[in-house]
Amino acid sequence: MGMLFDNYDPGSFFDEMFEPSGQIRTHYDRLFQRYSELTPEEFERKRAAADNSFLNQGVTFTVYNNDEGTERIFPFDLLPRIVPFAEWRQIEQGLVQRITALNLFLQDVYHEQRIIEDKVVPREIVESAVHFRPEFMGVNVPKGIYMHICGTDLIRDSDGRYLVLEDNGRCPSGVSYLLENRQAMKRVFPNLFSRHAVQPVDTYCQELLNVLRYIAPDDKSEPTVVLLTPGIYNSAYFEHSFLARTMGIEIVVGADLVAQNGNLMMKTTKGLRQVDVVYRRIDDDFLDPSVFRKDSLLGVSGIVDVYRRGNVSLANSIGTGVADDKATYYFVPQMIKYYLDQEPILPNVPTYLSHFDSDRAYILEHLSELVVKAANESGGYGMLMGPTSTAAEREKFRAAINENPRNYIAQPVVPLSRCPSYADGHFEGRHIDLRPYILFGEKITIIPGGLTRVALRKNSLVVNSSQGGGSKDTWVLNE
Amino acid sequence: MLSRVADSLYWLGRYIERAENNARMLDVNLQLMLDATLVKNRYSQQHWESIIYSLEDTKLFEKLYPAINGETVVEFVSFEKMNPNSVYSCLCSARESARTVREQISSEMFEQLNRMFLDFRSGEAQGLFRSSSYQFFQWVMQGCHLFQGIADATMAHDEGWDFIQLGKFLERADRTSRILDIKYHILLPKGEQIGGNVDLVQWLAVLNSCSAGEPYRKHFQDQVAPWKVAEFLIKHQTFPRSIRFCVDSFDYSLHRITGVERGDFLYRVEAERLSGKLLANLSYVIIADIFQIGLHEYLDTIQLRLIEIGNAVYKEFCEWLET
Repeated sequence: MGMLFDNYDPGSFFDEMFEPSGQIRTHYDRLFQRYSELTPEEFERKRAAADNSFLNQGVTFTVYNNDEGTERIFPFDLLPRIVPFAEWRQIEQGLVQRITALNLFLQDVYHEQRIIEDKVVPREIVESAVHFRPEFMGVNVPKGIYMHICGTDLIRDSDGRYLVLEDNGRCPSGVSYLLENRQAMKRVFPNLFSRHAVQPVDTYCQELLNVLRYIAPDDKSEPTVVLLTPGIYNSAYFEHSFLARTMGIEIVVGADLVAQNGNLMMKTTKGLRQVDVVYRRIDDDFLDPSVFRKDSLLGVSGIVDVYRRGNVSLANSIGTGVADDKATYYFVPQMIKYYLDQEPILPNVPTYLSHFDSDRAYILEHLSELVVKAANESGGYGMLMGPTSTAAEREKFRAAINENPRNYIAQPVVPLSRCPSYADGHFEGRHIDLRPYILFGEKITIIPGGLTRVALRKNSLVVNSSQGGGSKDTWVLNE
Repeated sequence: MLSRVADSLYWLGRYIERAENNARMLDVNLQLMLDATLVKNRYSQQHWESIIYSLEDTKLFEKLYPAINGETVVEFVSFEKMNPNSVYSCLCSARESARTVREQISSEMFEQLNRMFLDFRSGEAQGLFRSSSYQFFQWVMQGCHLFQGIADATMAHDEGWDFIQLGKFLERADRTSRILDIKYHILLPKGEQIGGNVDLVQWLAVLNSCSAGEPYRKHFQDQVAPWKVAEFLIKHQTFPRSIRFCVDSFDYSLHRITGVERGDFLYRVEAERLSGKLLANLSYVIIADIFQIGLHEYLDTIQLRLIEIGNAVYKEFCEWLET
């Protein structure tokens, strides 16, 4: 074995690169050969070059409660995750099926509510979801699409099966890192790409722009599309600016926009100009202080009214949060059956919903074995990791679950698959997940691969950037 | 173009120019003070006082530092975070502006600015200063020049570009007027004559603070004389740091933005009227008039007019950002 792989131990987990026997999986053969030729010094140099290019380009995210140096680069691991073609085909089909069902669910929930009448999803679950917007009952959205952009998190269990961990159907972020990771890999390992047939990812922004133009009011042929950002202090600002730049559209903050005579206008040096489509990277809550949170300084007063009149389109639509709620997640397999009459191609992680008495009893009995999640939190917050929790933490969650059963789900700890990642001069297995980005416009498009996030801390299962996570380039190979 | 974006680009232009000018002014004056006849302590203090005075930052300076000398002034004008006009603060503000308009400027522009910022943040720039102040100031000036050059070569010369030019030239006109004005505040050491050696060395420093030493000699092929220096820095047609040249370039960009033709005293917006009026004054005033009014008083008026023009630009293109 090459130096960097000396003493590599796949452990008892599903390893992306190695069979349990220690044999290289065939789709990693060439990559292994190339990386085996590298000395730790050469590898370290390449790593520094990649980090430097991220830093100089300002490819950073913002860390809060840190006075100086609030911008950090998202740690990047140079060993790519490789997904063989057939495997990707199946993932793709599963994701298309899923986003189709989620959109049908949203359309239904905000109109006839058949799925509730037919008792597939309990009314309380829908109506108690924090992001359910009863104000939008009966409102027709452009082209009937609610969720235009979705980031669905996938993990692999110990048998290598892909499971859906959660859907991010409001303002999923991270796609810019995926695109920049590919650029960085190409700069640092140019020859690898000529030896592998890696599917390109750089059409994403064009596809996203196509979606945004497609939903323009009245099928306007040259719509004005803008990206609405909370501003440069937002942790994902780099991404907002990256996407706007690559699509060639204006990036605006709330103060640039004004609702006037039923239209949405932006303030330019040549007067007010009408805006047709807003790719908003602001949550519903902050979008319009005249409708949602009154204290929001980020949004535009009156934008919801313009949206209701059909004079501006929003991506994603208002109220999609009811579909990516963790309690709703429990019902997605049933939705797929209900709306599409199909079996889910990508299963959920086995999930207990504490709303149901029997599930709750099970959860409370097995707190120390389960992962408990609050339905409306994300980013790895509001979570109990049973096996590593203290008795006091368990009691806190027990009380919280009893107090508000609707708000919690629990899942067994899934031993996430691992991929070799660089740590102190050699490769060690680190847990990973995968967030593909799904675009829903005239057709459904999925950028090949997605963002592979990696828990760089040894033994950690948490891949979030706020908690020691990094990322890898993700390669989908041609057939 | 969004009004907010126009405003950010304007300030981006101003801050880069301000950082560069601060660096050059400090560099020149540090070298000047190395001159043996001038190192006497009491005189040196007056010299540095006049620099802080010309920057109109005396109050803030006195709040932050117990004594005024070369070291504290250099610290204040180069690195002081509490001073919004220090080189470091200017670069931070320029980068902040650039970050809000990244989709308007080229990636190369952002990367250049970002590299300079990162070198300050990591302490590398401060290290360079400690090993050689000369090299440090060169590095700042070259970095700013590189930014301007990259902007020129990689950014479309459209409306956004013109807003950067507005900020750049308004700032440069203001700085040249202040540097020229420093000489008014500097006292000659006791026993020195007006027109004597020290006086001339000081006037030379004024020229060098504007990168104008060589162009001046080319133009006059003559001794440095106060009225000629003033004339050169106020009125020269083609020297890119003379006040007239700056106002002319500003006026040009302004007309490109409004689409109103230049010449024949045409204007549509107030900012055009004001810049045209100032340009006419700079073109037709003669140096004898200026000395009649008093150089300091004349420069004071110029600075007030530049502020007026800046306000008029904001009012015309960005005012509703406040609503």
